[in-house]
Amino acid sequence: MLGSGIIKGLLETARNFFGSFRQPERLVTIEYPEQQRTVPENNRSFPFLVFDRNDPVKGLRCVSCKICEKECPPQCIYIETEKDSRGKPIKHPKVFDIDISVCMSCQICVEVCPFDSIKMDQTYELSQFSRYDALILHKIDLAKSNEYYHQIKPTEAGLVDEQLAAEREAQIAKAKAAAAIKVAPATASPTPKPPSPAPPAKTEVPA
Amino acid sequence: MESLELIRDRILSALPQAQLEIVPNGSANNPASLRVDAAHALAVAQFLRDDPALRLDYASNVTGIDCPDVVKPEKVKITREYQGQSIEVEETVQTKIPGYFEVVYHLYSMALKHGPLVLRQRTGNRSDQIEVASLTPIYRGAEFQEREVYDLFGVRFQGHRDLRRLLMWEGFQDFPMRKDYVEPDDYEYEPTPHNEVLDKTRRHYPPEVNHG
Amino acid sequence: MVDFASANEPVVSPLEMPTGFHFTPSSEGTVGEGLLEVSMGPQHPSTHGVFRMDLVLDGETVVRLKPVFGYLHRNHEKIAETITYLASIPYTDRLDYFCSLTNNWAYVLAVEKLAGITPPERAEYIRVIAAELTRLQNHACMMGFLTQDLGAMGTPLMYAFREREKILDLVEALTGARMMCNYFRFGGCRTDLPAGWLEQTRQVVAHFPHFLDEFESLLITNEILMARTQGVGVLPRELAINASATGPVLRGSGVDYDLRKVDHYGIYDRFEFRVPLGDHGDCYDRFMIRLLEMRESIKILNAALKDVPEGPVMDPKIKIRNFKPKSGEAYGRIEGPKGELGFYLISDGSTNPYRYRIRPPSLINLTALEDMCIGQKIADVVVILGSIDIVLGEVDR
Repeated sequence: MLGSGIIKGLLETARNFFGSFRQPERLVTIEYPEQQRTVPENNRSFPFLVFDRNDPVKGLRCVSCKICEKECPPQCIYIETEKDSRGKPIKHPKVFDIDISVCMSCQICVEVCPFDSIKMDQTYELSQFSRYDALILHKIDLAKSNEYYHQIKPTEAGLVDEQLAAEREAQIAKAKAAAAIKVAPATASPTPKPPSPAPPAKTEVPA
Repeated sequence: MESLELIRDRILSALPQAQLEIVPNGSANNPASLRVDAAHALAVAQFLRDDPALRLDYASNVTGIDCPDVVKPEKVKITREYQGQSIEVEETVQTKIPGYFEVVYHLYSMALKHGPLVLRQRTGNRSDQIEVASLTPIYRGAEFQEREVYDLFGVRFQGHRDLRRLLMWEGFQDFPMRKDYVEPDDYEYEPTPHNEVLDKTRRHYPPEVNHG
Repeated sequence: MVDFASANEPVVSPLEMPTGFHFTPSSEGTVGEGLLEVSMGPQHPSTHGVFRMDLVLDGETVVRLKPVFGYLHRNHEKIAETITYLASIPYTDRLDYFCSLTNNWAYVLAVEKLAGITPPERAEYIRVIAAELTRLQNHACMMGFLTQDLGAMGTPLMYAFREREKILDLVEALTGARMMCNYFRFGGCRTDLPAGWLEQTRQVVAHFPHFLDEFESLLITNEILMARTQGVGVLPRELAINASATGPVLRGSGVDYDLRKVDHYGIYDRFEFRVPLGDHGDCYDRFMIRLLEMRESIKILNAALKDVPEGPVMDPKIKIRNFKPKSGEAYGRIEGPKGELGFYLISDGSTNPYRYRIRPPSLINLTALEDMCIGQKIADVVVILGSIDIVLGEVDR
């Protein structure tokens, strides 16, 4: 019948309109600035750097190995290594910039990071008035605490903490074993050497 | 599908003048390909499409490959006259192996649901002999893809009815997919390396505003 | 008929003219016969992006049509030659931004073929589920867009978007992003399924047939839809094969060629599903093919969701960083929602591919656009283009 399509369509619209008063699942939109959407845990926007011990400068897990800089597909990460007074590089970034106007939120930096120091944030209200300056995040803007990481991604952060703790224990055990091996021949040999001090842990373990 | 050697022999028995060569594939579980000379490419393609056992009626993928010229240094001993004496001198001679473009066709059969047969055509060099035969008279589906190869690699297809640039604009001079393509200076592209963006920022804003 | 192209009009190349309507004598028709050249696009709302068609019209009938591409060209293939195998995966998301998961899969499949990797069982199941969810949302949206092109402004499209939103929520919970997923890796998937994801997916999939019923009852017997699409843009079977059309466009013309059945890639041979085929090859058939394919996708999803095995999602031997496949070449292709999406990779043994080529279904399905449009009215060109279902990110790459 001519016009039946229009009637059918209007009936459907009416069903949705009146139904939305009774069934909340028919309301598919939210009033955005007033209501915020809860994002799933996996949601990602832009990277941030995790720090421990409430110290956003010294506590950064980043050792400035520059793997993420190399692997970043759009080349939006820029790192300079910190140097000590004698000019020797130390395991800490002096400059760590991420240009989030270029960043495409692909999470590859997170995947390739061997130190679990760079993670994805979930903030999404990031509009700025200037195109260049405000969209380059520096080290201090990027540093966020491990507690914040736990807050946004509890499951993932728990796993990362477990893994880091296990690595640390393994390292301590390794250091102990190395010490035991060094001590054992010293006691067995007929001419005892002066006992060597326990070797320090190989690398500075992030607490 | 029958083996590539068998296909080659059958093509040769049908088209004795065709020059065919089987190109092995370094990756073991992927098929080798068949290279055909440009003069007989169209006839070979027609054979492949119309042969009842093959019926490769579907050209899935057409693409180009750029293999640039390779310069190989070689040490050669040469006798030279030096102050009345002849001395043997070792000299490095640069031998140039000319590069070429290849056009690769992945042919499948929709009727018999087999494939692929990888067909290749090679140009003589990278400068003046850059012509291969277009297979568009046999496979309409190659039309845009051959145009794309012409656009990005600069390979000319003989017998293509509408050989224009596809993705770049008319009047663009270069061929961007060639390995030796140099992009112009005034060209803003993404990904932009980070320090270039920083430089731009510094030019754009006075240093006291910029805390980087 | 108004003769716009007067004989005194200077001959100007279309490129020198601003976009919009311009009049140049065509090569075939002459000015005196009253042919009109219309440049449709690149800012035309019905071209689904920055796509342009140079149409030559006789009155309202299309005499000639030349598609013009490249407005969104960014030479993805060249970029991929300068970055590693891993770093190309996020770029594949941006090809066809409706179906980033299937794009990932096609690329990953090509790399796996090149390097001879077999992903673990659980990853294969996740891939099938993700790809079929992608197909559902792509086809739902395509039908919404097509009805929008027909003049049903907004409402069917919003219904489709409502359903798509549910799937995007699932995709976001799984991969972290709604559209730019970057989820599959050569050798598996990036992360395991989040807790409760399978249950949520089951609910969404269980609800989806209701949406399809609603959509069907609203649309498929609608007189306007039938009048505007039946017998419009007929693509004959032989031409569809010869012009390398793939996907729903090909099957709408009655060619039984579905790579899920032909190539048995992934684990598709474990699922039972049928391949819907069209009879006439017109826009209505292509529309219906999508609808029926969604029903089949739901079947696959129901079967796959039932028996997702436990186990790792990533082959532990594969290191994604410093990945160097042996030199050689491989062509991997999958049945994407738009057609055959293929990746052709040549490795020279280094960390970057030597040659990286995408076989874009959207571009190649447009080969026969001119043949479908000639003799139709200009308003039907919009419908025919909509029924092919293109995404310009993939056409121009």
